Amino acid sequence: MLKFIPLILVFFFGFSKAEFIRVFAASDLQYALKEIAEIYRKKYPQDRVELVFGSSGKGTAQIRYGAPYHVFFSANMGYVEELYKEGHIITKPKLYAVGRIVVWVRKDSGLDPSRFPEVLFDQRVNRIAIANWKHAPYGKAAKEVLESYGVFEKVKDKLVLGENIAQTASYVYSGAADLGIIALSLARAPAIEKVGRFWIIPEDRHSPILQGYGITKIGGNSQSTKRFYQFVQTPQARKIFIKYGFFYPEGLNERN
Amino acid sequence: MNVIEGVVQRLNMNSLDLVPFWLTLKLSFWTTVILLLISIPLGYYLAYTKQRINAIIEALVSLPLVLPPTVLGFYLLLTFNKHGFFGSLWYKLFERPLVFHFEGILIASVIYSLPMMVHPLTAGFKSVPRNLIEASWTLGKSKLETLFKVILPNMKTSILTGMVLSFAHTMGEFGVVLMVGGNIHGETRVVSIAIYDAVEAVDYSTAHVYASILLLFSFLSLLFLYILNRRWSLLR
Repeated sequence: MLKFIPLILVFFFGFSKAEFIRVFAASDLQYALKEIAEIYRKKYPQDRVELVFGSSGKGTAQIRYGAPYHVFFSANMGYVEELYKEGHIITKPKLYAVGRIVVWVRKDSGLDPSRFPEVLFDQRVNRIAIANWKHAPYGKAAKEVLESYGVFEKVKDKLVLGENIAQTASYVYSGAADLGIIALSLARAPAIEKVGRFWIIPEDRHSPILQGYGITKIGGNSQSTKRFYQFVQTPQARKIFIKYGFFYPEGLNERN
Repeated sequence: MNVIEGVVQRLNMNSLDLVPFWLTLKLSFWTTVILLLISIPLGYYLAYTKQRINAIIEALVSLPLVLPPTVLGFYLLLTFNKHGFFGSLWYKLFERPLVFHFEGILIASVIYSLPMMVHPLTAGFKSVPRNLIEASWTLGKSKLETLFKVILPNMKTSILTGMVLSFAHTMGEFGVVLMVGGNIHGETRVVSIAIYDAVEAVDYSTAHVYASILLLFSFLSLLFLYILNRRWSLLR
């Protein structure tokens, strides 16, 4: 048995560490960015793109602690700007898309999401899922919507908070919550769209979800990182963002 | 039946990412090896001495059993990061931060699974008949020789129990890894985290595959342990 130990050691440490681009992205990008990375991989097969999803607040905290991410996609501009000021992000914060939020229910719930906010008080709605507004920009937008309709205090006890917007979506998707306020980009994902019904919340009910990104200190020198960073702004990538419900206000290109 | 179909489909598609499994096995393997090295002297000490300080050591060793993983994770995050006490030292030595890296979750796992190894070993040391040990000493064997040739062979069951428990416990670890490891492919995304990730992405078929393998593995390792325990206790 003893003579196998070196063999086992080699086996376990044998993982090669190839050059790659490690991306932390806000979880509203769960599907859109996966698809964009897929296209990118086909175009530049020499680059390996690895995606990690979570709330923007968590990504910010992890990058501060030295997490090995090369590019950071936040669901707002604020976090990227903070990191830029602190020197953790080295490119000027840049907008890559603007998000929308929706009221989402399962088809089999029989609820009508467009009857918002009355639908919140339907007998069948015991649990309402929104993302935690403390570190998820989509949660912040959801809270603003509830406040703007003047119902936040009334539904507060029914709220369940997802750590990020994807977890929030999975709460309603699984039926654990009866209604959720989630990102349009998730509602448009085939798996979720199949079982759900949603209503897009009017833009003037929350502050715009301007999503920014940047290259981190760790990603700084890599050519591949830069290439991926730029690819996200190409029409090819934007087509995917638009497919998932993101949009580009007029004059966006000039502002950047 | 949808579930099984999904699992089969997933396996056929060959698209299943197995890296989290290798990573988990690698983590469990090294955790068990390190724990064995630490716990033999520690267990020996706890079993054969009667110092007052032992109570404190035993309480410290057992702490991970009752402490929420998030508490442990929080303190480790503070000490492991680049500016933390241990993390900065590590960074100077290896130029690699501990948090969000394999070494970080390895150290965290060792702490987290410590009682799983120390408890069975301490019990094992205590179970070896005293006269056997003393006979060995009177026959002129040194303490070290007695340990390796008399004591340890007489507590095989306990050693195996400790190894299986530590291994299985590390396989199922979640909270601590989530706190100090992040969720990085090939580095810190162990199976339990990959399941969490898949559920969030409503990718239930992947979650099913991972979860069922983990369930089966945990059951089999415990089954193996109990069967072996029966055998060995019958042999006595």
